[in-house]
Amino acid sequence: MLVSTFIVLGGLLAVITMVLVRGVPALSISMLTQTPKGGYYLGKEGGILNAITGSLYLAAGATGLALVISLPVALYLEEYIGKSRFADFARLMLDISWGIPSIVYGVFGFTIMLYIGLKSSLLGGIITVALFEIPIMVRVMDEVLKMVPSDLKEASYALGSTRFETVFKVMVRQALPGILTAILLAFGRGIGDAASVLFTAGYTDYIPTSLFDPAATLPLAVLFQLGTPFPEVQTRAYASAAILMIIVLSLSIISRMLARKFAKHIVA
Amino acid sequence: MMKDPLKPILSVQNLNVSYGEQQALKNVTVNIPEKRITAIIGPSGCGKSTLLKSMNRLIDLTEGVKYSGKIFYHDTDIFDAKTDVTYIRKKMGLLAQKPCPLPMSIYDNVAYGPRIHGQENKKELDQIVERCLRSASLWDEVKDRLKAPASKLSLGQQQRLCLARALAVDPEILLCDEPTSALDPISAQSVEELLHELRKDYTVVIVTHILRQAMRLADYVVFLYLGELIEYGPVEKILKNPENATTQAYIKGIFS
Repeated sequence: MLVSTFIVLGGLLAVITMVLVRGVPALSISMLTQTPKGGYYLGKEGGILNAITGSLYLAAGATGLALVISLPVALYLEEYIGKSRFADFARLMLDISWGIPSIVYGVFGFTIMLYIGLKSSLLGGIITVALFEIPIMVRVMDEVLKMVPSDLKEASYALGSTRFETVFKVMVRQALPGILTAILLAFGRGIGDAASVLFTAGYTDYIPTSLFDPAATLPLAVLFQLGTPFPEVQTRAYASAAILMIIVLSLSIISRMLARKFAKHIVA
Repeated sequence: MMKDPLKPILSVQNLNVSYGEQQALKNVTVNIPEKRITAIIGPSGCGKSTLLKSMNRLIDLTEGVKYSGKIFYHDTDIFDAKTDVTYIRKKMGLLAQKPCPLPMSIYDNVAYGPRIHGQENKKELDQIVERCLRSASLWDEVKDRLKAPASKLSLGQQQRLCLARALAVDPEILLCDEPTSALDPISAQSVEELLHELRKDYTVVIVTHILRQAMRLADYVVFLYLGELIEYGPVEKILKNPENATTQAYIKGIFS
């Protein structure tokens, strides 16, 4: 067990160190504050602000959209249809959807977009990423809501609450730390995924100004920069990866702090 | 079985409740008199809690539950499809076995009930919270930290908070399911004293397996055994001079 733990931790540490060692030297203010100038991919001036903002817009939009859909679904599964066959079936389908590779979502999203005539855009990316975030969110929330003690639900019902009030005012509050975890998990998956946004959000050197503009993303920025034959551009790929890691890391720290803040209300 | 001299606030008639194959209550008929304490006693698994939770239809939450018979609250048939369950539950506060504060502050715990029933006025809420916390004799202990999480209170305080929370929706009846069994003796005593005090304004139905508690608190006693109502009447009669052989055996402690 100790050895396995060290292998896992060591692997994680190795990835982080490699990205930081290779990326930090290339990290500069201009990377963070500029969009690519002409010849950026040949090693000239510019930064990847387009991908940073693109990724943040996209992941935030997708996670927001997924949350709006997932929370009601999880609550419905848990408190409205409970142990019915349909609920079991829905859970199975969600588990399968969780396992589908994101490239499949990308292709699916792209096909639909072609069909309705939507170009590669922020909107297309948001919808596609939300699609593969939903199963993650629903299943994690479902498990968290299952932990809400039945005594607590009884206490709320006994005061004359409707099911709707019990679900949204009591169960959600009790499960809030876990719901935050679900959101973070989905956000992490969303912001780090390259395959699903390749066709649906496209790539651009500009910062998107509307939902119908294409949007650049950090994972694709890493991919494209690493694919160039120029060493200085390749180090920028590591720098981009480092930025991505820092975003995810700081979010998980913030959400942990929030979770702790909400957890103080919970009676163990 | 003796005739009830007092006007019943709750009237249970031929109530049968079953969970799946297992029948929890068999043809129970009993009247609960107004502004008195009625204790439901009996060995564990005899259907005490089921009877209590039938009264505010909390048994609806249990999977696979089936029931027949009638329960009248005043003149309202609580099982009638037209009856508003939330109204029934609002009129019957519940004090559970284990204190279960809502995941919010002390103030919000008490204000939760009035808020869901439409009270938004801050001043009125403040008054309700203070009045109910005083009734539950918790006010002096928490008045300086109303915004603190309820989870930080001691178990005994939590149970009194749950009582205050129940009082806040202006019930007529308090349903108590072994409300002292999770508490230390001193907290248990304070909850008992409160119930005794509240008897002036509320009808109390208390499930207990502690005979001495029934003796101290109750005016009337309902004895259940294996889902059947064995005996029912004033406390002195049932606990001191029971007619039925099973009741006698239980009270003498031959089984429990």
